[in-house]
Amino acid sequence: MKALVRPMPILWWLRSRAYVLFMVRELTSVLIAAYLVVFLIFLQRIAGGPSSYERYLHWLAQPAVLAFHLVALAAALYHSVTWLQLTPMTVVIRLRDRRVPAATIVAANFAVWGALSVLILWLIVGT
Amino acid sequence: MTMPEPTVSLEIFRYQPDGGGPSTFQRYQVPYHEDWVVLDAINYIKDQLDGTLAYRWSCRMGVCGSCGMMINGVPKLSCATFLKEYYPHPIRVEPLANFPIERDLVIVLDDFMKKLSQVQPWIVRAAEPPLSAGEYRQTPEQLDQYKQFSMCLNCMLCYAACPMYGLKPLFLGPAAIALAHRYNLDSRDEGRASRQDVLANEHGVWDCTLVGECTTVCPADVDPAAAIQQIKLSTAVDWIKRALRPGGGA
Repeated sequence: MKALVRPMPILWWLRSRAYVLFMVRELTSVLIAAYLVVFLIFLQRIAGGPSSYERYLHWLAQPAVLAFHLVALAAALYHSVTWLQLTPMTVVIRLRDRRVPAATIVAANFAVWGALSVLILWLIVGT
Repeated sequence: MTMPEPTVSLEIFRYQPDGGGPSTFQRYQVPYHEDWVVLDAINYIKDQLDGTLAYRWSCRMGVCGSCGMMINGVPKLSCATFLKEYYPHPIRVEPLANFPIERDLVIVLDDFMKKLSQVQPWIVRAAEPPLSAGEYRQTPEQLDQYKQFSMCLNCMLCYAACPMYGLKPLFLGPAAIALAHRYNLDSRDEGRASRQDVLANEHGVWDCTLVGECTTVCPADVDPAAAIQQIKLSTAVDWIKRALRPGGGA
């Protein structure tokens, strides 16, 4: 008796909305990685002296590069928000034999994220 | 004059290994009743229209986990899916995705059965006390730690929903991992270390990319995705502990 095997089509992720959202979430990593490359080059140019730094700043100011940064920021926000929303799945905390509610764990994560973001903003802008 | 009885159309996946020829979809017109589930309609086809149709079912009340099928592309228990959710549109019924198909709606279960036994889904003890020592006792709080993960029906809807299992058939998969977690969390069990061999290897929890559909389709609210992520966390903690131990290393 021969069993029938149906291979996964290459566009399997178009089958459902949940799969599409999953793929979008995975692909945000590519934009975040691309941003990190831009950022690493930025650090290298700083080390390369004032003129190299100025030239890079000029390149960064182009509309297309600005647009890339906006898209990468949106991708990073989407990835971070969906990631933090999933934390109650992994983090099981019990207090006095009661499980801490999912909403509390998500809220705590967002609070820490917000606090760290404000700290970084203060380090960059405030000082 | 009486009104014609309303009907609903079912497009059923057919595959006959001995009949030659490729798989097809066969359309059946079935009486529509508001209180009928898809399994009732399939039973009607088998009894009244076409006795050659093959499928699995048993309890018809969401307990046995035998009647899982793809219904309009979504893995569901056919005994818990009402015709009225789709009526008057046609309903397409296929065997559970990601499994080899034996015949019509019947899938080959061997891979799941093998994986299930690999995680030792029973209470493992380092040493068995004599029977005279009595039963293992457990408080309601200890039961509460794992109860959710013990509700699995072995219906395999989660495997049909998991694209990672479809792409990487060696992946241990959601239900087997959830059951491993159920025993790991059991206060009477001492088998976690031996289960780690299959859970923490390359085809264990790390093959999961958290699509999350296993949890969405689970008819028993087991939340296998949570079980997998919790094992990822505890496995990572194990690794850090080993790496930090003097003279340990990964």
